[in-house]
Amino acid sequence: MREPLLSARNVVRHFPVRRGLLQRVVGQVRAVDGVSFDILPGETLGVVGESGCGKSTLGRVLAGLLRASSGELWFEGKSVDAQTGAELKRLRRDMQFIFQDPTSSLDPRMTVRDIIAEGLDAQGIATGRTREKLVHHILDKVGMQQDTAQRYPHEFSGGQRQRIGIARALVLRPKLVVADEPVSALDVSVQSQVLNLLVELKRELRLTYVFVAHNLAVVSYISDRIAVMYLGRIVEIGEAATLYRSPRHPYTKALLSAMPQPLPGNRPERIVLRGDVPSPIDPPSGCRFRTRCPIAREICAKREPSLERASETAEHFVACHFA
Amino acid sequence: MADAHATMIDAPDRSGVQLNDPAAGDQTDVVSGRSRLRLNLPLVIGAAIVLLSIGLALAAPWITAHDPLEIADASLSPPSSQYLLGTDQLGRDVLTRILYAARTSLAVACLSAVLAFASGTLIGLLAGCSSGLIDGCLMRILDILQAFPALLLAIALVAALGANLPNLVLTMGLLFMPRFARVARASTLSVRERDYIIAAIGLGVSRMRTMYRHVLPNVAAPLIVETSLTVTLAILTEASLSFLGLGVQPPDPTWGGMIAESTSVMALAPWLALGPGFAIVFVVVGFNLIGDGLRDALDPRG
Repeated sequence: MREPLLSARNVVRHFPVRRGLLQRVVGQVRAVDGVSFDILPGETLGVVGESGCGKSTLGRVLAGLLRASSGELWFEGKSVDAQTGAELKRLRRDMQFIFQDPTSSLDPRMTVRDIIAEGLDAQGIATGRTREKLVHHILDKVGMQQDTAQRYPHEFSGGQRQRIGIARALVLRPKLVVADEPVSALDVSVQSQVLNLLVELKRELRLTYVFVAHNLAVVSYISDRIAVMYLGRIVEIGEAATLYRSPRHPYTKALLSAMPQPLPGNRPERIVLRGDVPSPIDPPSGCRFRTRCPIAREICAKREPSLERASETAEHFVACHFA
Repeated sequence: MADAHATMIDAPDRSGVQLNDPAAGDQTDVVSGRSRLRLNLPLVIGAAIVLLSIGLALAAPWITAHDPLEIADASLSPPSSQYLLGTDQLGRDVLTRILYAARTSLAVACLSAVLAFASGTLIGLLAGCSSGLIDGCLMRILDILQAFPALLLAIALVAALGANLPNLVLTMGLLFMPRFARVARASTLSVRERDYIIAAIGLGVSRMRTMYRHVLPNVAAPLIVETSLTVTLAILTEASLSFLGLGVQPPDPTWGGMIAESTSVMALAPWLALGPGFAIVFVVVGFNLIGDGLRDALDPRG
């Protein structure tokens, strides 16, 4: 088996909730609450879940933009949390992030050239002609014209801005790219173009993606493996095809049943979840999904199910007592 | 580490990446946004007024034949061909004094505004970027400063430090500093959570550099506008302090001081107050126009 590029072991990220005059900590938002998996070089791991399930936080922790509260993160065999100063800076070259909102992630007062070259400057990779060459090369790669370099972000459409954001991440030649809903802020007509661009670039530059999204169609298109998150935990993880064909967790089944089907007629039964997602400050005991689960029983409130292998042949894990 | 990038430059096949983005063709509007500062009418008029004022102040010796302290034997003479704006109680030429007073008034106002801008911005950035204790302490100190009525604080400080030009600048700088600190802090707080700041950190940009390259340029626009407006306030405050006898000391002329001296003979010789009064209005309008113009000119989205 290949060495994983990135390993997460029981990664936890909590945010303190402060109240009152003295700003005392009255609770913790358990955004990511014990997540473990490996990402192999060259694969695309899709992370799905509804709003507030912690998938964006997980993405930021994986890209090194947020420190994990506890747990371990290993990148190419090196502990990410142990890195500081120059080592951390060096590590950042290898793990880059693509933001959801291409408007707020580009500094409005910088030209496209300076935005893209910022990583080159900060990492001391290239100056002068070489810098210029790298900027133009990556602009070309993301399908932007050369005269864009001296212009400002507000002059571009959403899709073009996202291409600039992609160029900024890829000019550093990272190994891992974490994309946090990179197409959900875009028009549907532009979404597929940007998705295709990401796929092309991945093949060409031999990238590894973590692709965070709430749109199942998008994730299934781009991912090799998919992790389904609910309230800060992974409830099911497996190869995309397997997971789609035979989902085991009731939450995954509900999510998949909500996907629009291209062919009318042979539509599977629609599973409608009732109620809201419980608060991540005070998650339910036992299995976190039990409050909305159609098959929940007593044991679900008592014991929290762990991720167990669900298939003899495929890499497919599920966290449910009845799967 | 340039070797890792060499492969990228000569990557042979990139035909597959050339996607047809329909929006990519929409690039006709190339002209706009090139230069960061676009001229607009208020800015041009304001700058013209201010430059004219500075020019007149500097060229004072060549414009008038009189000396600002020279005492003629015609006191309180109305405007005439010899004394274009008349003379004051002591027989000094009013026009000459207005022109020389412009030097002091403009210098004091601009210096104190710049001092307030520099110190206030630094404190605001520091408070906005640090959290909790430092931020709290800095803000409470500003609260204390602002709790005093502005003029009272200025009077107390000048009285304590002694009435001379450097102390006047220092006092007014301190007086106006909290305005800048608050604007800078508020903008910093909103800017520092933006994605592009997080992106910069993710690229490996250091904190100091992030502040300098991203936070400062994005909070600068309102502060620069604030500076030009503060100049007008400083001119008026200096006039008030001089009026009270705490600004520039007689016999050196300032606009405020001249108006103060004219009050006793206002009914007899209204030209004594009208001249410096108009000078103040002229310069204040100029700086206000610059402030308005800069606000529009500094936005790259225009």
